[in-house]
Amino acid sequence: MTKDKSEYLINRHDNQYEVVIGLEVHAQVTSESKLFSTSATKFGAEPNTQVSLVDAAFPGMLPVINEYCVKQAIKTGIGLKAKINRRSVFDRKNYFYADLPQGYQISQFKDPIVGEGKVILDMPDGQKEVGIERLHLEQDAGKSIHDLDPKNTFVDLNRSGVALMEIVSKPDLRSPDEVNAYIKKLRSIMRYLGTCDGNMQEGSLRADVNVSVRKKGSKDFGTRCEIKNVNSIKFMQMAIEYEANRQVDLIEDGQTIDQETRLFDTKKNETRSMRSKEDAHDYRYFPDPDLLPLEVSDDFIENLKSEIPELPDEKKKRFIEKFKLSPYEANILVSDIETSNYFENVIKKSDVKLATNWIIGELFAALNEKNLEITESPISAGNLSKLINLIKDGTISGKIAKTVFEQMMEGDKDPQKIVEEKGLKQESDPKALEALIDKVIDDNRDKATEYKSGKVKLFGFFVGQVMKVSGGKANPQLVNEILKKKL
Amino acid sequence: MSDITKQSLSELVENIKSKKLSSSEVTKAFVERSENSKELNAYITEDYANALNKAKKFDEKPNLDLKLPGIPMAVKDLFCTRDLRTTAGSKILNNFVPTYESTVTQNIWNEGAILMGKLNCDEFAMGSSNETSFFGNVQNPIDNNLVPGGSSGGSSSAVAAQLTPITIGTDTGGSIRQPASFTGTVGLKPTYGSCSRYGIVAFASSLDQAGPMAQNVKDCALLQEVISTYDEKDSTSIDFKRNEYSKELTKDIKGKKIGIPKEYRVDGMPKEIEDLWKKGIEYAKDCGAEIIDISLPHTNYALPTYYIVAPAEASSNLARYDGVKYGFRAEGENLIDMYEKTRSQGFGAEVQRRIMIGTYVLSSGYYDAYYLKAQKVRKLIKNDFDDAYKKVDAILTPSTPSSAFKIGEKTNDPVSMYLNDIFTVPVNLAGLPGISIPAGHDAKGYPLGLQIIGKAFDEQNILNIAYAMEEKINFKNNITDWWIK
Repeated sequence: MTKDKSEYLINRHDNQYEVVIGLEVHAQVTSESKLFSTSATKFGAEPNTQVSLVDAAFPGMLPVINEYCVKQAIKTGIGLKAKINRRSVFDRKNYFYADLPQGYQISQFKDPIVGEGKVILDMPDGQKEVGIERLHLEQDAGKSIHDLDPKNTFVDLNRSGVALMEIVSKPDLRSPDEVNAYIKKLRSIMRYLGTCDGNMQEGSLRADVNVSVRKKGSKDFGTRCEIKNVNSIKFMQMAIEYEANRQVDLIEDGQTIDQETRLFDTKKNETRSMRSKEDAHDYRYFPDPDLLPLEVSDDFIENLKSEIPELPDEKKKRFIEKFKLSPYEANILVSDIETSNYFENVIKKSDVKLATNWIIGELFAALNEKNLEITESPISAGNLSKLINLIKDGTISGKIAKTVFEQMMEGDKDPQKIVEEKGLKQESDPKALEALIDKVIDDNRDKATEYKSGKVKLFGFFVGQVMKVSGGKANPQLVNEILKKKL
Repeated sequence: MSDITKQSLSELVENIKSKKLSSSEVTKAFVERSENSKELNAYITEDYANALNKAKKFDEKPNLDLKLPGIPMAVKDLFCTRDLRTTAGSKILNNFVPTYESTVTQNIWNEGAILMGKLNCDEFAMGSSNETSFFGNVQNPIDNNLVPGGSSGGSSSAVAAQLTPITIGTDTGGSIRQPASFTGTVGLKPTYGSCSRYGIVAFASSLDQAGPMAQNVKDCALLQEVISTYDEKDSTSIDFKRNEYSKELTKDIKGKKIGIPKEYRVDGMPKEIEDLWKKGIEYAKDCGAEIIDISLPHTNYALPTYYIVAPAEASSNLARYDGVKYGFRAEGENLIDMYEKTRSQGFGAEVQRRIMIGTYVLSSGYYDAYYLKAQKVRKLIKNDFDDAYKKVDAILTPSTPSSAFKIGEKTNDPVSMYLNDIFTVPVNLAGLPGISIPAGHDAKGYPLGLQIIGKAFDEQNILNIAYAMEEKINFKNNITDWWIK
């Protein structure tokens, strides 16, 4: 494998293979109630406590579309710079499974609510555009639990009928790193919009990964395999790496690749065949006669457009232009809406450059160490802002600030108070400093003589002594100036 | 007491309102007659004790402003009724007791009516003779061993035999109008979207409509006025202005233009049906209507179209009966085995046939040739009616191509059975209202019906025409109570 010029290629003998990846991301719509019923959607509720008669497919029960979910899907479409379809159709996807009470999933097949769009990725060697094929709304199934009993399977229908957006990319991705960037960007956009919380641990975001390989330079796509239901970026990357190498090995061995659905075994780090094309379900899609085609007016869409917040790409541009951040810094700060909000709160009343450095540097490191999200930060944006102002106006040195910061991390304490209580205020009174310096020179007469006779390296020694005696509080700049005069 | 059950709904309402009769007296009379009529097998589930209790309660504090004050009523067993078993005529729902009420039945109880029990029907409403019911055949009170039509066969039999003053059925391809025609009663299939489908066991969602079945047109109009409401719980329910059909009922149909579609003169149609139709045209003229020849050119394709669309939807609608959540379950080695055993033991032969047809026409490779083509033809059939209604206000046809047949006569010939729906099916495909009224008898003395088809949402107009013609026809049902020993 080589990663020259950030190109991801698989080498075998004299051949180089390119990997072609397309993703079908299933994103749970942030909504109080389900797509076609009024049941709640809270994660982690007791099994079968959020199930209506509609969700459990009782006789004569009918679906009624949740307008909020429709709005969320359209907003997401707008965020993906996609075409919003004025008319879309809900279809039934028919198959039998114990956790699919209706015997069909209501989805959108031929006429999805959102058409083609795009997502911009910031890769180390520049930007990359990934095409979006479509976004459609569909119901989630329930959950089968096979490991509670040796003989029986249990079914939890809490998830049954929860609204999902299936976001299908074009086969534009070429490496596990791009997949990582794509998922993160998609997640970021949806979190900015408030349309999906992107929580992969809770299953709010999962993906089917389509992988094929082809000789470098070839224009034709190879036969693809679909890896079902992968629920972390790391596993997606591992699965792609395994699957691409498996396919290359087959080709090098003179064999053909079967179009099939595969599963990723996270323990063995391998993909396994689930069903071949011949065994593929015939889902017998047809328009759901219980639901009329979904029609949305231009006004409806325009109103939603006016609710769209500034999205990461635009925010990044603004940060660079307005705050003179580097693209690298801007990228980090906009990647998550919570981080960018935090940043903007800090800089309301403090220096941008210092704030950027403190957030990307100290704060991220400290949060990372404690495994906390920015929203869980023990230091509020207001107090970080105060700390930065204390540095800026010379009340404390950068070094003391780190001590203060550490104490703030223990609980959201006001840095001003910490400085006062612990007497950490920087000594910037020239007279007080002179007295201090006179005493140090007095105590180190011999060294002072040596310095004067040309041993200039000893200057550092004196600075150190002054700082030590002052308990680190002496203003280093002033100490320098006064020392030079006195020596 | 026997004359109580002979009264029409309107008379009963009048007598209860004027306190000449109590709800208890009326309920007791219908319960007694129902109990004496077990031979007809019209009921699947009886709820007489509760009905009598409710009647007693009603009488203690009667609300006489209601439209159906203390009126007892049995309903087709396709309507989900809270706390009372609802089977859809199937073994697979043999022990199913809903915790909820269909909108249509709720509307009826809200107007003061009292549930007496659940009436027999073809399994999942799939049939034209009530012979596919898991709970056995229903006898037509007209004659021993005669089918009452289907799928609302229990309903038509019960109304004709006066076990219930009035009832409701459902009509997917003729299941209200054909049994009404076979039993000498009146049955209305409303415009698609007029009555909520919420809580009705689904057969074919784009065709199913609930409707009233009665002894006469006025009763039919009153019940339609009660059951037809806009319902947010049914996405296909339509919010249009609904009349007080019984109040606005008039026999004045002078100048109404009634179309006679030439394509309904089908090959092999018995002469007596042809004669009935001619008689009907004369009655309409007598009422002052103008008769206009029209053409509905795609009529021939209606039946094949229906037998693609309806089974396709049914195959998917019935997937929920899988033994997992409620209803009948057969034990199996594993999930698939359980599914196969549950569904092959739980569904009868006709239901299985339609599930297979429906599954086939939706399969990849066949979808375009069957389902998609059928949807296109359905549009053409609807266009036919739209064109016709530029010239006429309503259309008059026979309700069925024959009178009621003997039990067992057509059970081994599904296509001949399907042909029974030839005049009613186009109305469902076009989503229009249609009413069947009794108009005469055949040589054997069995009733024959005429169908009046209206414009969408124009129930009032066809009720008016039916009301006017009813008077001229002056039909008398010849029922001898042969089943009461």
